Amino acid sequence: MARYSILSLARNALTGHRDWPELWRSPEPKPAYDVVIVGGGGHGLATAYYLAKEHGVTDVAVVEKGWLAGGNIARNTTIIRSNYLWDESAAIYEHGLKLWEGLSRELNFNVMLRQRGVMNLAHTEHDVRESIRRVNANRLNGVDAEWLDAEGVKAFCPTISISPDVRYPVLGATLQRRGGVARHDAVAWGYARGADARGVDIVQHCEVTGIRQVRGRVTGVETSRGFIGARKVALVAAGHSSVLAEMAGLRLPVESHPLQAMVSEPLKPVLDCVVMSNAVHVYISQSDKGELVLGAGIDSFNSYGQRGGLHVLEDQLAALMQLFPAFSRARLLRSWGGIVDVCPDASPIVSKTPVEGLYINCGWGTGGFKATPSSGWTFAHTIARDEPHKLNAPFALDRFTSGALIDEHGAAAVAH
Amino acid sequence: MTGPHRLPAGGRIDRSRTLAFRFDGRRYTGHPGDTLASALLANGVRLFARSFKYHRPRGVMAAGAEEPNALVLLEPGPFAEPNLRATEIELYDGLTAESVNRWPSLRFDLGAATGLMSGLFVAGFYYKTFMWPPSWWNRIYAPAIRRMAGLARAPREPDPEVYEHRHAHCDILVVGGGPAGIAAAHAAAAAGARVMLADERPRPGGSLPDGPERVGGEDGAAWAGRMLAGTSALLLPRTTAFGYYDHNFVALAERLTEGLSPSERAGRPRQRIWHVRARRVVLATGAHERPLVFPGNDLPGVMLARSVTAYIHRYGVLPGNRAVFLANDDSVYAAAREFARHGGEVAAVVDLRVDGTADADGLPVLRGAVPLRTLGRRAVTGIEIESEGAARRIACDLVAMGGGWNPAVHLFSQSRGMLRWDDQLQTFVPGRSAQAERSVGAAAGRFDLEGCIAEGAETGAAFARELGFDAPAPSALPERPHRPAPAQTAPPAGRGKAFVDFQNDVTAADVALARREGMHSVEHLKRWTTLGMATDQGKTSNINGLALMAAGLGVPPAEVGHTTFRPPYTPVPFGALAGRNIAALADPVRRTPMQDWQEANGAVFEPVGQWLRARYYPRDGETMREAVARECRAVREAAGILDASTLGKIDIRGPDAAEFLNRIYTNGWKTLAVGRCRYGLMLGEDGMVFDDGVTTRTGEHRYLMTTTSGNAAAVLDWLEEWLQTEWPELRVYCTSVTEQWGTITVSGPQARALLEPLVEDIDLDPAAFPFLSMREGRIDGVPGRIFRIAFTGELSYEVNLPWRRAAPVWAKLVEAGAVPYGTEAMHVLRAEKGFIVVGHETDGTVTPVDLGMERMLSSRKDFIGRRSLARPDSQRADRKQLVGLLPEDASEVLQEGAQIVETPGATPPVPMLGHVTSSYWSPVMGRGFALALVRGGRARHGDRVWASATTGESRVRIVDPVFYDPEGARLDG
Amino acid sequence: MMRIECPWCGGRDETEFHYGGEAHIARPEDPDALSDEAWADYLFMRANPRGVHAERWMHAQGCRQWFNVLRHTASHEVVAVYPMGAPRPDHPETAA
Repeated sequence: MARYSILSLARNALTGHRDWPELWRSPEPKPAYDVVIVGGGGHGLATAYYLAKEHGVTDVAVVEKGWLAGGNIARNTTIIRSNYLWDESAAIYEHGLKLWEGLSRELNFNVMLRQRGVMNLAHTEHDVRESIRRVNANRLNGVDAEWLDAEGVKAFCPTISISPDVRYPVLGATLQRRGGVARHDAVAWGYARGADARGVDIVQHCEVTGIRQVRGRVTGVETSRGFIGARKVALVAAGHSSVLAEMAGLRLPVESHPLQAMVSEPLKPVLDCVVMSNAVHVYISQSDKGELVLGAGIDSFNSYGQRGGLHVLEDQLAALMQLFPAFSRARLLRSWGGIVDVCPDASPIVSKTPVEGLYINCGWGTGGFKATPSSGWTFAHTIARDEPHKLNAPFALDRFTSGALIDEHGAAAVAH
Repeated sequence: MTGPHRLPAGGRIDRSRTLAFRFDGRRYTGHPGDTLASALLANGVRLFARSFKYHRPRGVMAAGAEEPNALVLLEPGPFAEPNLRATEIELYDGLTAESVNRWPSLRFDLGAATGLMSGLFVAGFYYKTFMWPPSWWNRIYAPAIRRMAGLARAPREPDPEVYEHRHAHCDILVVGGGPAGIAAAHAAAAAGARVMLADERPRPGGSLPDGPERVGGEDGAAWAGRMLAGTSALLLPRTTAFGYYDHNFVALAERLTEGLSPSERAGRPRQRIWHVRARRVVLATGAHERPLVFPGNDLPGVMLARSVTAYIHRYGVLPGNRAVFLANDDSVYAAAREFARHGGEVAAVVDLRVDGTADADGLPVLRGAVPLRTLGRRAVTGIEIESEGAARRIACDLVAMGGGWNPAVHLFSQSRGMLRWDDQLQTFVPGRSAQAERSVGAAAGRFDLEGCIAEGAETGAAFARELGFDAPAPSALPERPHRPAPAQTAPPAGRGKAFVDFQNDVTAADVALARREGMHSVEHLKRWTTLGMATDQGKTSNINGLALMAAGLGVPPAEVGHTTFRPPYTPVPFGALAGRNIAALADPVRRTPMQDWQEANGAVFEPVGQWLRARYYPRDGETMREAVARECRAVREAAGILDASTLGKIDIRGPDAAEFLNRIYTNGWKTLAVGRCRYGLMLGEDGMVFDDGVTTRTGEHRYLMTTTSGNAAAVLDWLEEWLQTEWPELRVYCTSVTEQWGTITVSGPQARALLEPLVEDIDLDPAAFPFLSMREGRIDGVPGRIFRIAFTGELSYEVNLPWRRAAPVWAKLVEAGAVPYGTEAMHVLRAEKGFIVVGHETDGTVTPVDLGMERMLSSRKDFIGRRSLARPDSQRADRKQLVGLLPEDASEVLQEGAQIVETPGATPPVPMLGHVTSSYWSPVMGRGFALALVRGGRARHGDRVWASATTGESRVRIVDPVFYDPEGARLDG
Repeated sequence: MMRIECPWCGGRDETEFHYGGEAHIARPEDPDALSDEAWADYLFMRANPRGVHAERWMHAQGCRQWFNVLRHTASHEVVAVYPMGAPRPDHPETAA
């Protein structure tokens, strides 16, 4: 792996950048691997990277039906935070945030993490109560959190309107200063490059069409490029998890929904932090390129279509006008959709399955991007050791039977 | 004359009027009908902008929506519009615009220093550096990158203009008012179909007014006007169809104040978003000319060939004096001829194709030649080409290029139609449709005028026939004339930066670098280099980029494919999409009958669902705590009145109503007598508390259910869902009557005395009118109902009156001495009694058992959620349970949301036992108190634990959650 | 935005409707007789197919009636609309 630095960049500039190697190889799949990871998105690539790096498992293939990192990692709003209400969530997301904080150096690939602070706004007395509850829980869990009143919100984010003359005025906000944004594609590319350098085969344009089992034990996957044997198969395909699980005869507590996002044309810096509002249903940040990046809730219906309705965007822009009336004259440049897999408790599944050697990682809903490192890290542990790490043990499939759900709806239903 | 480049005659401008405007502080003039770009070109302005990354000087390249370079900030102050294309801004008197992304000025831009470092700043460079030392990233590198980014300044002031939305249905929506679109609209409307025609330009005609083309001997623009004048089609000019969604839903943005100065716009909505549901859609969106990729192709003075013709014909502007035409398509020859015909000198037509056969009409032609680079620093002074193996320079002030044409397939692709690579045209054209639409004319890759018109007319008529209208049978379309293929896009031959994406400064070398680094997918190419991600969304760049990638990989372009076309086609203001549902209109306000009185008497409100409820009624100088304490004391010692109109009320009737309630509620309902009330608890099927309220049997087969204010609609939906989808055999009907009954709760030891004078025929004596019963009668002469239910623990009468008759009774009660109390006092009073509020003591994870309400769970029947209570997690002994808390410091009111921990000052992660759900000052106890959910809390009464809050840690004692009158002695006054 | 055919009111915009998830999940007759696994299956497990999906919609801003829809989850094409309680109609799988 060619090391990246300002020196290597300068050296290559002298030779017209003709000598940069490919970030990853494009190998033909081998007949069999120790582990086949189904899904070459952020979580799958992170899983492969940590399998190789942390557990020495390098006989690994990541098979991806389209182009690498083309799913939700390519189409999210890049928000990173760990200020979740429940202990289990706070632990796994905080572990992720710590990984994020060292990720550029770890990967020798600048993922452009910007810890500019994430505010979650409160608009009603109920919001205030629940927000303070979450701040208190976060602090006791070692997650940085502050409560700001309306003036504090204005001081932290001068562009926002705290006018009382709107339907749901801003009463305050929680603030996680370590929260922020990162360059979403770069995360996946960095993991892919790191995994490839450690021997992982990344196989693009290879669609899994079946999961082969013998006596309750997985033996490999059928693909559009032939059968690939595997001692262990790890499904990590976000919106398509149900389709893959069905190949193994499993039903999941998951529904796939469109989640839309959009950006404005690039503008000079005007918004330094991330602002999220559950009550009026919008979240916004400004990218390093200057685009205002917005998202909100999912479209209501099941879909694999990577697109939703215009009314969802119109509603969230109307919400935005309450918070940032000055952005009325900014212009929508681009909107798009992804497919998110949503669990009934708005928490993920990182788990073994009833099929021996088959593992599943799904259900991250609208919050998967920020979890990329910890999802991969805990999933790699689960696959390598055939048992969950204590961080992801609560996120097992059997919680839906026992009833031990981790219900983040109150704190995280809409905005991620 | 308005500028040295204005032709003495011609153009579709009004030369009788002169408009003054400013660009970057300098004053210029133009005419009505000009765009900002045409007026500046007429004035000899060539430098319009600086590019995004290298801050290279840029001029205007195109004449329409595809313009990548000439972005400006229009107007200062509240009317500012960032990043508008000068080619689309209609000139008005007093217009003020400035260039963007330069400092201190357009001519001397310090940002251009980045151009000197461009050897480092290649595609994706930032991923490879800025990592050392690590602490510099957040402090130095990232803020520097951020400052460099962005185009125009963001608007800072609230938008003074308004926008509206409109829904429309039509038989046939035609997008694009060029020859094909007009013909389609005309034919369909003639057959009787309801037709809408959306065209992005101020006047219809599409490309016709851009050139010399005539339709059957008639002036093209005149033909367009005549065709439309004679139809019933609804013509929407200045209207861009920007998004094509499912089920033939197309969104249009109509610009209503274009060409008007801010002062002339007053009173008009600025834009109107149309939501159009069309049975059929005709896409006549035309085509964009492709630039050529060669070194220095971004210098001001390099333009698209047809755009040069457009400036001549639409605006009477000759954009240069001596031009070199670079032809990769026969249409460039026509552009050269028009340039010469209007007084320009054609230095050469450089045809990239060796086998070109177009008629040069006497112009000097060099076939099989290639451009090597442009000459000049801030604008073109010449071009170096290679012809017959030798390089030569040609002096010129204009380079007009035509690389071929890209059909505007954006909407087609958004509709999920499959694109097909066309080798002949060297671009993508519409292939298989996914919805009821058809592309016609240039949008379908057809470029002969006669054929476009015929195809449009045929499609309009065919769609009309499909929809049952009587339209003439199809006639054979003319053959597509032979059109020599453009040369394939090849890597540029000369040295220097050859731009593919002009706005984002993506060069041919960047595309090659992306390929070397393994970014072979067209999506990777886009993301690695930012190709096609600028504000023009790659209208001029995407095809060239993917063709270069294909050439580099040695595969056909079809194999590389294309990126997804995403709405909107051109940018739309956020405010337009938000429409009118903003500020105070963001959500309807539901008003209670007493709200006028409450507003007039200084109540402080809080939003509850869509309602605003009076939270407290401060008297002169009172703080909230003082007001709430006074209101509480009034209820405990005398009588208060609460506006309870917002509680949901659902009339449930039918012979199976009791059975239905039995299934919905956790407790039993079959024994409830007529006229009696009962508290009910509703669970989700997951066993968690969903809602609560009192339901009264008002007749043999009739019940009145009350719900929490915020959940009223959700509960009605819940009831209907079970009735219709699971138990259709139950004969039960549910009707919301929330807004039929205004509700006044009269509560306190003097409640009866206060109410009695107003009640004619109901005996209020608790002996005759026991707790949890209902009486009907006349209140203040109006037929109404009174319920004996109490959320405060005091003697209470809940009076229901017809909505419009409630306010006078409220006023009379106040006059008689009742003290109005708000939701805050209500909360204090109910919490003193240990009564829960859904949303305070519950959060979707709390079972009735957790709340100590086991007695509410009937064991003699099934009910929704019952089975879930038997799951292992629901049975855990250490679940969080409802308790009371008393702060050791009696003067303290705990923070709601404080977390309960065993010991103070522990190091995180600290195990949490639960949290404070409600916390108040109790006037009757003279101390702070709270309700909380605490792990295993019912077994811990008497224990000392700590409440950890943002304000500090407090020692608290766990107690029973009923603080006041646990025996219920006060219920009957 | 999809257009959905309400059996009572006719075709209306999606925004008038409330989505109710997978259809034909009957509430068990005797929940007590079910294992925790079987109860969880009823409560949470969903087919979530990429393809034709039987699902429930309610015309919230119209007649407020529930009905079933067969809809393709990738193309969003509505294949059939049928009343509550009626069995899922047979139909050939439509292409994505």
